[in-house]
Amino acid sequence: MNVAVCLKQVPGTTKVQIDPQTNTLIRQGIENIINPFDTYALEEGVRIKERYGGKVTVISMGPPQAEEALREAISLGADEAILLSDNAFAGADTWATSYTLAWAIGKRGQYDLVICGRQTIDGDTGQVGPELAEMLGIPFVAYISQIEETSNKRMRVKRMVEDGYEIIETPLPAVVSVVKEINVPRLPSLRGLVKAKSAVILVWTAEELGVDKNMVGLSGSFTRVIKVFFPQRVRRGEILRGELASQVDSLIDRLRDTKLI
Amino acid sequence: MEYFLTEQQKTIKGLARRIAEERILPVRAELDETEEFPWGVIKDLADSDMFRVFIPEEYEGLGGGCFELCLVIEELSRVCSGIAVSYAASALGPLTLLEYGTEAQKQKYLPDIASGKKLTAFALTEATAGSDASAIRTTAERVGGGYVLNGTKQFITNGGEAELYTVIVLTDKTRGARGASAFLVEKDTPGFSFGKKERKMGIRASSTRELIFRNCLVPEENMIGKPGMGFIMTMKLLDRSRPGIGAQAVGLAQGALEAAVDYTRQRIQFGQPLISLPVVQDILADMAIRVEAARALVYAAARTIDSGAKSFTEESAMAKVFASDTAMKVTTDAVQVCGGAGYMRDYPVEKMMRDAKITQIYEGSNQVLRNAIAFELRKRKARRE
Repeated sequence: MNVAVCLKQVPGTTKVQIDPQTNTLIRQGIENIINPFDTYALEEGVRIKERYGGKVTVISMGPPQAEEALREAISLGADEAILLSDNAFAGADTWATSYTLAWAIGKRGQYDLVICGRQTIDGDTGQVGPELAEMLGIPFVAYISQIEETSNKRMRVKRMVEDGYEIIETPLPAVVSVVKEINVPRLPSLRGLVKAKSAVILVWTAEELGVDKNMVGLSGSFTRVIKVFFPQRVRRGEILRGELASQVDSLIDRLRDTKLI
Repeated sequence: MEYFLTEQQKTIKGLARRIAEERILPVRAELDETEEFPWGVIKDLADSDMFRVFIPEEYEGLGGGCFELCLVIEELSRVCSGIAVSYAASALGPLTLLEYGTEAQKQKYLPDIASGKKLTAFALTEATAGSDASAIRTTAERVGGGYVLNGTKQFITNGGEAELYTVIVLTDKTRGARGASAFLVEKDTPGFSFGKKERKMGIRASSTRELIFRNCLVPEENMIGKPGMGFIMTMKLLDRSRPGIGAQAVGLAQGALEAAVDYTRQRIQFGQPLISLPVVQDILADMAIRVEAARALVYAAARTIDSGAKSFTEESAMAKVFASDTAMKVTTDAVQVCGGAGYMRDYPVEKMMRDAKITQIYEGSNQVLRNAIAFELRKRKARRE
């Protein structure tokens, strides 16, 4: 089975400051990591390869430094890495990101399965997986916690839902997004680290990808970030007075007003 | 201190540290309590190629030597020397094969050892033979098709868990130490069983067991080296592996030093952190000096061995003795500066102190090794060097 894993390099902390001028994250001096959810996607891809043979390709869209994340992915078992990097890709929303990734996956050829993490820890939208499937015109299953069975043509997966799980069978090729319960990602191996150091990372620009520049990056995005801010947290207490019965009544009214009951 | 590690050595050290912190730290207290063998960590070490470090590339290893092995042991021991010793003990088996094995034996066993598929153990000690290793009584009698082993080995690290055992036995009882030979015995060989699992003071996550041989037939091709050479081979091998115990002691002491610094920075007494008190600073500084000196000596001994030196009994004994005495002193001081908290099992330093003691005892007690060092001094004087 040939598997494509989409991954993103993200800041390795939740304490990132926001630049008030540009409304973007201040990334200077912050260590970058592979988006933690994507590490589960990569691990699952590598396990599928180990069980059924084939190849794992990791694909990332990002600045040149995202190459580090792809090298790390190779030390963890990926066979091939593609970095989509071009100024034209900058400022992409989830739609433009999915579009670019879909184009790269289509250009690279036949994949039996595309695996994404459930969401990134910086953008947190969880939209790229489903958008990607839509653009590739193949099925999508979100939040899978176990791959139960795989054959050439179909795959049965366990998918987490709020109050339990569902067993879903999907034809392949398909896109899935994984939750952290699916596996425990391995540590790199020494041989993998040696291999990663000298591995060739394919870097594709918009031109090499052959994509319309108006469809990618900021110009291909339907959404604009107007403002990024920390929501103000307001805590308010109120003491109810009077007869006990009327206190209970007014408490119930308030709970109803706030739709808590 | 700058030890001029190569890129590859830095990579090995860095990954070993990551395994220690991510995979060993969360389980060390529990495994110390339950005395369970750390199979999960052993698998992580195998998957990360750590068993390849000290095996040549032609047998699917990474081609490192004693120094690289020491780097891994040190990093693992910094977090848990009980788990580290299961890894370290697994180096003695392949070392025997590498030095004295036939090409066929190397081809047959080393790749599985390198991949971590087969854990190894080394069996010398018996009830009657500790420091006096020549007093072993286990015998191997020549029969058609091989040798029949009879006897009991004691205190064998990785006993019961390892797949491959290098066993030192007497093939000629009349010749004493000169009648000893080495055999490779596989776990499922009929007549080979395991006795009681020891309950230990420290390094409790490691397995220490008796090996029992009752008419155990071992094929002739499993003999390592020549008959009668078993004892000499063993002495030379232990010279080679001893810096590994030194590295274990250095890692252990380093872990204790770090724990002591962490604690004394946080603990407020007399209105200030303990680390601000000169009397505490004095202890911490001495701990740091000893750890660094021990590290320098262990690294120097390991590099001497890797340089292809012919004899290094003295160097490797010095490294092991100094580092293990350091580990005992430093872990004891760590418990002291952590006070009542340090004595409690909720803190890691009491375990480190328990773990440290064995480093002064095994792979040659420090007394026997001091003897050996003094013997070399006399020899050298006699040679007028």
